[in-house]
Amino acid sequence: MNSFQKLFSEKNKNILSIYFTAGFPELNDTNVILRTLEKHGTDMIEIGMPYSDPLADGPVIQNSGMKALQNGMTIKLLFDQLKGNKEKINVPLILMGYLNPVLQYGFEKFCADAKAVGISGIILPDLPITEFENEYKNILAQNGLNFIFLITPETSDERIKKIDEISEGFIYAVSSSSVTGRDQDMSAQKSYFERIKNMRLKNNVLIGFGIKDRETFTEACKYASGAIIGTAYIKAIEKGGDIDIETQTFLNSIL
Amino acid sequence: MSSQAKYSQPDENGYYGRFGGAYVPEMLYSNVENLKENYLKIINDESFQKEFNTLLKDYAGRPTPLYYAGRLSEKYGTEIFLKREDLCHTGAHKVNNTIGQILLAERLGKKRIIAETGAGQHGVATATVCALKNLECIVYMGEKDIARQAPNVARMKMLGAKVVPAVSGSKTLKDATNEAIRDWINNPNDTYYLIGSVVGPHPYPDMVARFQSVISDEIRKQLKEKKGTELPGYVIACVGGGSNAAGAFYHFMEDESVQLIAVEAAGLGVESGMSAATTQLGTVGVLHGSKSYVMQTEDGQVVEPHSISAGLDYPGIGPMHANLFATKRAKFMNATDDEAVAAAFELTKLEGIIPALESAHALAVLGKIKFKKDDIVVVNLSGRGDKDMDTYIKKLQS
Repeated sequence: MNSFQKLFSEKNKNILSIYFTAGFPELNDTNVILRTLEKHGTDMIEIGMPYSDPLADGPVIQNSGMKALQNGMTIKLLFDQLKGNKEKINVPLILMGYLNPVLQYGFEKFCADAKAVGISGIILPDLPITEFENEYKNILAQNGLNFIFLITPETSDERIKKIDEISEGFIYAVSSSSVTGRDQDMSAQKSYFERIKNMRLKNNVLIGFGIKDRETFTEACKYASGAIIGTAYIKAIEKGGDIDIETQTFLNSIL
Repeated sequence: MSSQAKYSQPDENGYYGRFGGAYVPEMLYSNVENLKENYLKIINDESFQKEFNTLLKDYAGRPTPLYYAGRLSEKYGTEIFLKREDLCHTGAHKVNNTIGQILLAERLGKKRIIAETGAGQHGVATATVCALKNLECIVYMGEKDIARQAPNVARMKMLGAKVVPAVSGSKTLKDATNEAIRDWINNPNDTYYLIGSVVGPHPYPDMVARFQSVISDEIRKQLKEKKGTELPGYVIACVGGGSNAAGAFYHFMEDESVQLIAVEAAGLGVESGMSAATTQLGTVGVLHGSKSYVMQTEDGQVVEPHSISAGLDYPGIGPMHANLFATKRAKFMNATDDEAVAAAFELTKLEGIIPALESAHALAVLGKIKFKKDDIVVVNLSGRGDKDMDTYIKKLQS
């Protein structure tokens, strides 16, 4: 049983996953953020690896990435920061970013190093299924890493089934066709969420993009095992207050 | 020719050798897939070809002349022909592609056209065809480029386009491209992304190359008429993303006796840290949806290039060109800012033609190649210099 399956076997409703950008607001905030997120009730954490050209992200996550890069964040540094966390953090950790920096780091080395620091899953939105299957699937599997695929309202049933077949972590359902951080009318996405729910997929589904408060979180949880929040959390900590307090206040407003 | 088209056409997944592909997030998958499934069917259709060719002829002004440049030939001791893309409507080869893609967008039922632009030439060419077809047009342009290319911004606005400043990242072409892609993600149903170069996810590089291939198709016919042979010794073109070079090389790629010379912008010098010579400075990576050479840091962050020519100021290169470079089918040379400006003044003085700064890079290598007296050398004069008058005037005054 992988760490996602273990989580879903213990809890399969109202799962909360939080995304943050490594190296933001300050270079060495990574571990503080991880610990406070876990302490205040996050079920799963996505660690964003900043990139100069984040195509799928809106302004808030873009800016956090720019700042993180200016602070000096790199994948190598991130792995250094994460060393020793394996015993301290118990919730599943995911690395999320774009393909290019990972290719430069070396895909095999990246996977090996990710495994060594206790990462469970990888999200690279611009790595397409064909390339995943031809070149990368085995390397990920050898390192016990689950690759998480995105689906959108435009994704066909046939393709969703294919993604369900090759996924072993969970499926990341993007709430609407958009970049991150745009306001969404969750009720307008009802038929899309219903469609996914009725497909009875073998994988659990988490809904992301546009989830920002208790209302949107609760709405998303009606249709899926849980939801993912990124932009709203970045906004909560970007002012540079006490991370522990800001995180607690933020999570209390959701859960 | 298709059975032996090993350089000019990608495989079914969009790869030229090991370069290309479609590295797009799922939000763009259905749009890109729809395009991939339909583009060949649509552009090979008789009604499409008829309308495309009529517009190229009557609207864009094709065929463009292949001009024997006598005084330039005398200077370099060889026979130099200029392919006069500078005489196209809107002032550059860019319109060949925008005419093709707007007809495609129309047939796909799209109502809203988005584009990226650096110097503004592709933006103007896009705004032009959108006016022609009465379609909404939004052009993303780096905030810095808007400030330094005011005349083209004014042209786009007069043509009815909305020019949106890209304020992210370095605020230039790379970021304008990011913003256009984000717009496309946010508007998947009604919007068509009209890419200006042979970059982006498959099928864009192949599609743009096909629309630009009219350049080399004409060169072959014109050379036959003037010299009794379809094949020159050399074809020289500048390369940023690489659309004019793709068009000028296209029908010569499989004729290996023809030397293809791609000229990149060296900026202040290849090793100066202020350059845009992607094949010399780049490593293999993924940018804007395809795998190619990318100028980047060791950590995979894309770096900002420099060239005096905004049209060559791009940290990547089309996957077709990456393959021509890797297989050594084309020779890659480069010219500095100063060399390009000098070449522009030389052409103006000898032939009475003011070239675009981009095209001047292609002219700038003429003195670096040992030609024989009877070599036939074709230089693709991709655009005219009107837009660069500010730069030229400054040089005149200094």
